[in-house]
Amino acid sequence: MYRYDEFDHDFVKARVAEFTDQVDRRLAGEITEDQFRPLRLMNGVYLQLHAYMLRVAVPYGTLNSKQLRMLGHIARKYDKGYGHFTTRQNIQYNWPALSDVPAILADLASVEMHAIQTSGNCIRNVTADHFAGAAADEVADPRPYAEILRQWSSVHPEFSYLPRKFKIAVTGAERDRAAIQTHDIGLHLKKNEAGELGFAVYVGGGQGRTPLIAKKIRDFLPEEDLLSYCTAILRVYNLHGRRDNKYKARIKILVHETGTEEFARQVETEWAELKDSQLTLPEADIRAIEAYFAPPALTARPEGDEAIRLARLDSKSFSEWLDQNVTTHRHPDYAAVTISLKGIGEVPGDASDSQMEAVADLAEKYAFDEIRVSHEQNLILPHVARADLKAVYDALVEIELATANSGLISDIIACPGLDYCALANARSIIVAQNISKRFASLERQRDIGELKLKISGCINACGHHHVGHIGILGVEKKGAELYQVTLGGSGDENTSVGDIIGRGFGPEEITDAIETVVQTYLALRVDRSEKFLDAYRRVGPAPFKEALYGGEAKAA
Amino acid sequence: MKILTANRLTDGEAVWYSTDHSWAEIIDRAELAQDKAAEAALEAVGKAAYDDNLVVDVNLVDVEVIEGAIVPNRLRERIRASGPTNRNDLGKQARPQAA
Ligand code: HEM
Ligand code: SF4
Repeated sequence: MYRYDEFDHDFVKARVAEFTDQVDRRLAGEITEDQFRPLRLMNGVYLQLHAYMLRVAVPYGTLNSKQLRMLGHIARKYDKGYGHFTTRQNIQYNWPALSDVPAILADLASVEMHAIQTSGNCIRNVTADHFAGAAADEVADPRPYAEILRQWSSVHPEFSYLPRKFKIAVTGAERDRAAIQTHDIGLHLKKNEAGELGFAVYVGGGQGRTPLIAKKIRDFLPEEDLLSYCTAILRVYNLHGRRDNKYKARIKILVHETGTEEFARQVETEWAELKDSQLTLPEADIRAIEAYFAPPALTARPEGDEAIRLARLDSKSFSEWLDQNVTTHRHPDYAAVTISLKGIGEVPGDASDSQMEAVADLAEKYAFDEIRVSHEQNLILPHVARADLKAVYDALVEIELATANSGLISDIIACPGLDYCALANARSIIVAQNISKRFASLERQRDIGELKLKISGCINACGHHHVGHIGILGVEKKGAELYQVTLGGSGDENTSVGDIIGRGFGPEEITDAIETVVQTYLALRVDRSEKFLDAYRRVGPAPFKEALYGGEAKAA
Repeated sequence: MKILTANRLTDGEAVWYSTDHSWAEIIDRAELAQDKAAEAALEAVGKAAYDDNLVVDVNLVDVEVIEGAIVPNRLRERIRASGPTNRNDLGKQARPQAA
């Protein structure tokens, strides 16, 4: 895992001191809210409905146990005993007092964490595949490149006041678990025929009110050109991106309006100036950063197979959890564990202080001290010996984090929505909870199979509803909440934006509507192997429309 | 009818301007503006409190009085006045005086 060097330490310390001073001056009335707002946002402090909100960066979703324990400590000491893990692999605290924020940031700095660039029109936290470094299907670990991007983009003087926020995601596998095509820049790390590492570069993806899928502008960018090429993209964007209209300011609009070919041409022209400049990454530097992410020493633990065979016989629930929440590791004796933060009826992504501490303990004991935050709002233990899986499972049962629903309909992504968010039009959490309760039976969920349900409380789409197999968007109509359903979205290597299926549903109707969609799928799928998304892509929206609105059309 | 609401600068707590001319943590005793003149007066109070760095995000919001209780028209404001709807152990609703 990456460790701060002297520069990082000094930089974060200096920033804490600077912001502490700014908070002091604000509280003393020496600076106005208009002056302070941009300063607090640069440090991750928002104002929400009930209180301030602090967004803490978890670079590429990687934490060690000390850091997770600190996150739990902060939840207990300064907040209300819980935190919310987000689709951006970050954590948000919903109740901190402004006057406590300097102390929180100092605590974070003590474990090499911060809240810098978690807001504002800058390059945000770079996200990555949550199975990075562990996945069996990976070409190479994408996190060293995410770290290189983080170092390059932190307080980058040229790119701190972009037309709008800028999000980069990296994956190192064909199977895209980082939703790279919905990001401003998506990087797919791969090898060319000569076996050299490089990236397929996607640009101009995004969600929000104008969902657009990123376009590939380069099939293979050699790794040493990562920064020069990204700089070229950002220069074109910084120059031509629209600053006149906030809703048209993202790079996706520029790419869309300019045309992919022309945009790519502009990038190449810019890059011609930058290529082979001091931005070219020296091989030694890449390998040095890579060394920080060297996999732990995974010793052979061949006894795992037999241990699992016996434990399966002993416990049906363990067996189900194994099938659902445990992913193949590149080392045959190991596995990656998904810790579901989606207990039936729970708030997606929320974890209590003691749960965070308990997971930290587990990571320390069984998982080489590593934890990941997934963009699906779960926690991951990336390296667990198969021989230890039963012990990990038993410990997770103790802290109520052993729900075997990874990838199933109750593994819902939901943004904070109107229960917390100042921009919301409708609640998201309660919709997620009701659907989760309706589909409480894991047996039924398994029968339904893989189904990604994603909910946002407004068109900003923080809950990724556009790319949900089933997406739910909360809107406000005549003062009441209304939920629009989209079908057929997907945020993987075959990204698609869901189709709006028809008029919205009230809070009392939405769970039934989802039930109808699921029943329709079950009735029309070829067999159990045809997943919801595949079935939808085969039949299109018509049968679902008929099931949801057919009666009305006939009545009309 | 309108009332004046904001978040307190120091801790972000949702507050309402009350009949005793304080910024209260509960909505119950909020000063009601029944006409344009009263609204303008509240607005002036809000601006002064903002300028004095007591509160931020100052807004007039529409309410009704139902059986003697002040009830905001928008769900957003009702949630601010009571707390997240999914957990009644958080926010104003969790406090004894809100009962
Ligand atoms: C709570 C305060 C939040 C505020 C004020 C906020 C604000 C916004 C806004 C304004 C946008 C639209 C940006 C655009 O289209 O240009 C957006 C998009 C987004 N936000 Fe949030 N958000 C919040 C919370 C969250 C949370 C909790 C998450 C993660 C769960 C999140 C993740 C995202 C993602 C993934 C997008 C869409 C991707 C994109 O196009 O950028 N946000 N947010
Ligand atoms: S989607 Fe809307 S409601 Fe949900 S967190 Fe984002 S801004 Fe808030």
